[in-house]
Amino acid sequence: MTFRRDLALMWGGGGVLAPLGFFLGATMLVPLAMGPERALLQSAGPPLVWIAAALAVLATLERLFQADLEDGSLEQTLLSRAPLEALVLAKGLALWCAVGLPLALAGAPAAIALQAPVERIGVIVVSLGLGMAAFIGVGLVGAAVTAGVKRGGVLIALIVLPFFAPPIIFGSAVAAGEQVGAALAILTGCALAALALGPIAAAAALRLQAE
Amino acid sequence: MLSYLANPQRFMGFSAWAAPLFAVLAFVLFAVGLPWALFYSPADYQQGETVRIMYVHVPAAWWAMGVYAFMGGASFVGLVWRHVLADIAARAAAPVGAVFAGVCLVTGSLWGAPTWGTWWEWDGRLTSMLALFIIYLGYLALWSAVEDEEKAARLAAILCLVGLINLPIIKFSVDWWSTLHQPASIMRSGGSAIDPSMMGPLLTMAGAFLALFGALTLYNMRAAIFRRRVEAAELRGAGA
Repeated sequence: MTFRRDLALMWGGGGVLAPLGFFLGATMLVPLAMGPERALLQSAGPPLVWIAAALAVLATLERLFQADLEDGSLEQTLLSRAPLEALVLAKGLALWCAVGLPLALAGAPAAIALQAPVERIGVIVVSLGLGMAAFIGVGLVGAAVTAGVKRGGVLIALIVLPFFAPPIIFGSAVAAGEQVGAALAILTGCALAALALGPIAAAAALRLQAE
Repeated sequence: MLSYLANPQRFMGFSAWAAPLFAVLAFVLFAVGLPWALFYSPADYQQGETVRIMYVHVPAAWWAMGVYAFMGGASFVGLVWRHVLADIAARAAAPVGAVFAGVCLVTGSLWGAPTWGTWWEWDGRLTSMLALFIIYLGYLALWSAVEDEEKAARLAAILCLVGLINLPIIKFSVDWWSTLHQPASIMRSGGSAIDPSMMGPLLTMAGAFLALFGALTLYNMRAAIFRRRVEAAELRGAGA
């Protein structure tokens, strides 16, 4: 139920378009900064898609739990019998569907524009989808511990960015075409671990926030 | 021992003499260790005189991780038993650990320039140490951003426990990604690979860093407890 409500809220409120626009805008700046030389873009461009996508997800995290905390729906959820961890996971999955998946798909044109080889686009999209799940799993914790902080955007970034390192490392390996199979396996591991452990820590933090 | 000190009154009694004791110990160990490491120990046959940077770099790296592990333990105690002294201990240790991590990064960079020929390389050990430094900063920032002190302690404790995952990554990074940073030479299977003449100053410096950490953390904790007492007294005064 949380899943459907959140998904509807995110789709309805234009919450999908903003991160997508951010992502494409950031991607556009890459060739402007590096110069449009094909050879340079080919080696450095596709990994930069990962940076843009990570920042786009980061921008959506600040309000993730804040609205629920302010209007009291978090307290309501705590009173219900459903475990908070499951509800947080549902929220994370809704965020993945509303933001993560569109971003992963938008990664295809972005990577092509940055001169990635076309035959590699499929794995790049898959790896981005997995990476988004890992980012969101970690991001849930960052969003939950800062939910009570006004203008916590920079704080979330500071907290979450070091934990973005493993997915970025292996995601860029996929984008650069190095040991794709192994990197995809590790990315899957990152995503599953983040989605399994993130909601537990985030739920513990949210219980404190509601006190 | 720990449960005896869990009483703030007894802790204040203990730290009143333990904090200066650690401070004196740190001073003595630095007074012995620094000249020993910087002047009276042999130069390395490969690294020459630059090996002396190691006597600061390695202890800083050890205790940057050690302090974080200590904070993890304190955070766990604070979360599970809701003990205010554990919260204070974790918070008091954090700036010390952050400085150790910073010292480790800076001295490593200074050492890398003449020996590796580069100030910085994105290898596993360097990157994961940088991540630890950033996690320290995030922990401190979160603590100061949340106004309610008790809530800040709990939330920061959750963050600290999540960040523990980085410690094994740092430790084993040199084995997983064998790029530039040399693998462990002391705590490794097959015994230490370091010359005994260098072991003395290294361990002395490690002891000095540990004593410094103990002194600074205890002083920080005492300052935090005094501040809380003042605030409580002010509240009582305002209420009367």
